[in-house]
Amino acid sequence: MAHPSQLGFQDAASPVMEELLHFHDHTLMIVFLISTLVLYIIVAMVTTKLTDKLILDSQVIEIIWTLLPAMILILIALPSLRILYLMDEINDPHLTIKAMGHQWYWSYEYTDYEDLGFDSYMIPTQDLAPGQFRLLETDHRMVVPLNSPTRILISADDVLHSWAVPSLGIKMDAVPGRLNQTAFITSRPGVFFGQCSEICGANHSFMPIVVEAVPLEHFENWSSMMLQDT
Amino acid sequence: MSVNFEEKIKKYRTAPFDARFPNTNQTRNCYQNYLDYHRCNKVLSAKNQKTTPCEWYRRVYKSICPMAWVQKWDEQLQSGTFAGRI
Repeated sequence: MAHPSQLGFQDAASPVMEELLHFHDHTLMIVFLISTLVLYIIVAMVTTKLTDKLILDSQVIEIIWTLLPAMILILIALPSLRILYLMDEINDPHLTIKAMGHQWYWSYEYTDYEDLGFDSYMIPTQDLAPGQFRLLETDHRMVVPLNSPTRILISADDVLHSWAVPSLGIKMDAVPGRLNQTAFITSRPGVFFGQCSEICGANHSFMPIVVEAVPLEHFENWSSMMLQDT
Repeated sequence: MSVNFEEKIKKYRTAPFDARFPNTNQTRNCYQNYLDYHRCNKVLSAKNQKTTPCEWYRRVYKSICPMAWVQKWDEQLQSGTFAGRI
């Protein structure tokens, strides 16, 4: 989850997010190298007392500073396209969950076998137990089985919302009347937080998302328990 | 064929990938399967046959369609105001 004074991304909880993290590291390193080079050249140009009065052009350097950026761009584009197509691969999900956005809470539906549906409201700050996270905890979590390809279909009941969980690398708009599909696999057990990412009214900042990845038997126990409760 | 179909239904986990709807927008996938279920029911009942094959469409639309949409469409069907052609 997010930490105070955090600079980078949250730890990845899905293979796609891991790829995105590595790509970001790769691209940012290129950006830092270019920026350092340019800053050095600027400082060198500004602080020298020498002047070359006879320089008009240079074919060699023009070729270098055309080809080199082109190669760098290719070096960035290839991993980028690789991840893009990786994210677009046809997957065969084991489970389908629907996340419906409302003002101002999410509801989750697990209807592959029985009709399990429940609402997920944020826990108000005054009701938090010690150790719980302010504005992030919910009364019911979206529980998913570990290492299981999961399809999630996102829609909304009233206005635009957006379902986002940074550690899974997912953000998908919740549009009324439309069903948006995305898929993920949780590669490690844990609790992953996200927040609504499309302005949706007064309590837009207070409808968080919590995904809990557990082993399959725990998931089955949880869903039986939830079915009995509802 | 029916034995294979029963096996298929027993082994049903969730709606499989449907090549007719390969993209992010799955709205039509949900609606199409809902229509197909009711059309299948209507056609097979008219011929006095068992409606077991229609079960596949029911499982798929149950997996994919939000419960609120299904409820709304069921109510519309009952009241005769459903806009789709069944």
